[in-house]
Amino acid sequence: MRAFSFWPKGDRLTRWLVTLPPSLFLIVFFLLPSLIMVAASFRAPGEFGGLAPLAERGLTLDAYRFLTEDIIYLWILAKSFLVAGLTTMFCLLLAFPVALLIARSPKRQRDFLVLLVILPFASNFLIRIYAWIIMLGPMNLLYSPVAVILGMVYVHLPFMILPLYTNLEKHDPALLEAAQDLGAGAWTRFWRVTWPLALPGVLSGSALVFIPVLGMFAVPELLGGTGDILIGNLIKEQFLDNRDWPLGASLSLGLTAAVLGVAALSVMLARRRSGKLGASV
Amino acid sequence: MALLELRNITKRFGNLDAVKEVTLDIETGEFFTLLGPSGCGKTTILRMIAGFDAPDEGELFLEGKSLAGISPEQRPVHTVFQSYALFPHLTVVGNIAFPLEMAGLPISDIRLRVKETLELVHLEDKGGAYPHELSGGQKQRVALARGLVNKPRLLLLDEPLGALDAKLRERMQVELVALQREVGITFVFVTHAQQEALALSHRIAVMNAGRVEQVDVPEVLYSSPKNRFVADFIGNINLIDCFVVDSNHHGLRLNAQGLGEIAAPAQTEMGIGRHGVLALRPEYLRVGPANVPPTLKNHFLGMVSEYLFLGDETVYKILLDNGMTLEALVANAAPGRARFHEIGDRVLVEWRHDAGVFLLA
Repeated sequence: MRAFSFWPKGDRLTRWLVTLPPSLFLIVFFLLPSLIMVAASFRAPGEFGGLAPLAERGLTLDAYRFLTEDIIYLWILAKSFLVAGLTTMFCLLLAFPVALLIARSPKRQRDFLVLLVILPFASNFLIRIYAWIIMLGPMNLLYSPVAVILGMVYVHLPFMILPLYTNLEKHDPALLEAAQDLGAGAWTRFWRVTWPLALPGVLSGSALVFIPVLGMFAVPELLGGTGDILIGNLIKEQFLDNRDWPLGASLSLGLTAAVLGVAALSVMLARRRSGKLGASV
Repeated sequence: MALLELRNITKRFGNLDAVKEVTLDIETGEFFTLLGPSGCGKTTILRMIAGFDAPDEGELFLEGKSLAGISPEQRPVHTVFQSYALFPHLTVVGNIAFPLEMAGLPISDIRLRVKETLELVHLEDKGGAYPHELSGGQKQRVALARGLVNKPRLLLLDEPLGALDAKLRERMQVELVALQREVGITFVFVTHAQQEALALSHRIAVMNAGRVEQVDVPEVLYSSPKNRFVADFIGNINLIDCFVVDSNHHGLRLNAQGLGEIAAPAQTEMGIGRHGVLALRPEYLRVGPANVPPTLKNHFLGMVSEYLFLGDETVYKILLDNGMTLEALVANAAPGRARFHEIGDRVLVEWRHDAGVFLLA
């Protein structure tokens, strides 16, 4: 039997025409800027920001040398990963029950509940963060790591709820009945049926939270103390305050490499896991 | 004592009585079928036995003990779902091992039992496959294996063959009967397909609008339906409106409008003048050329209005001279003859005086 294909066989022109616009978009707005960053990281900083003329200073590894000389950069990167990890974990803990509740609500109510989840996006991000400042101030939590995590979780929660809900909504309720029929209690049903089937949703939700949190600079700047700067703040400072573009570019590339590393690791883990499932007996 | 007893079970959904005062006894080792049109309450009964629904009135007893308040996971009753409900993230082995793991069996026992059960359903080479890699018939067998592996007191089957094509369905029917005989587990089977019910079951409960109309072995259900619904639902049947002219221990004399007198088998307490229908299976009718003299007491002239050639048999629709249409099933048994009559042929329809059953209106 011929494998199902969305495109009629041999209709290459259509395929090209459809994939061309997004490809162009990504080339112009993602690939080229990334290459520019790579190039910038090997240049010298200009006197008043920007880059020094190539003819005068040439190519240099100064930015990378600077990075490796001081352990503080590695420390900030590690701290950023910790914050991103904690934020992802708290988001998951909060989002799972919510997503499950929406997915198991009557069909007519689901759209309304999803609307409630995305409603905060209707008001400006900064205003919502300032609201947290007002709330956290009297509680003596403002400008602390706790405030940073709280803010991060608050901002990113919908990005965890939505993919989880999309996944959980597709679960066949008969599977839970079958599990119960075959002797599984409520807790077992969750861990043996709901959770493993939700893993793709958990993974995409986690990626949608973890990666933006790594680069986020507004929340730590507004809610965190002087000691709470993260890799995002550091990169932003190099470009806007220190006017050291090459250092900013090299930091940014380091972050990208770290994120890709984590992504590769999680894909590998997911593969190993799915290979093991069911083979336990 | 019956294995499973249903005592006056009533279940309501809103204003609708899905199941009304149903009382049934299911014996150990039986292949018991709940048969009825969709919406008759058969699946609701199955869900109450499994524990997913609780009866509003009445009680269920398994081996003499009430099932009230016992949750599905605690009942020694497993279900084969209509959609199979196989766990998509587990392999065939993982699916079949599931109930054994829930029962807390040691891993060596689980391995052994899974292996035996895979052999039982002829899937030895599919243990490592995931459900989406299996054909419909294979999924069906995995669902059966998963339901049987932990040796439940009862296996409930909710239209398990409904999703299969005709050929496969027939093969699975044969396998199902053989399987039930081999494992000796009591089966409660739900279907709306009367042929399937007749072919598989030891006993059948025919249901209609939440009530049980008749419980009997297939042969009795077919030859002696208790009422018009059962007669009509099981197999094909001719229903002739008539009333009782005379009744004694030799037989009934009936009168049908425009047809005259019909002789029918004796029935007790059948008052003269009572109205009803004579239910007559198509295979009881004999059809011959109109110019041959009749040999049986019940004989009427008519004309072939339609026929359906089935190969081994032909169904003739015969328009009697009084305007009534009868259906006759004739075996094409004579050598060299594929069929006997053409549309428009004058024919004589006959049946024995002891054929059929008179059902009160």
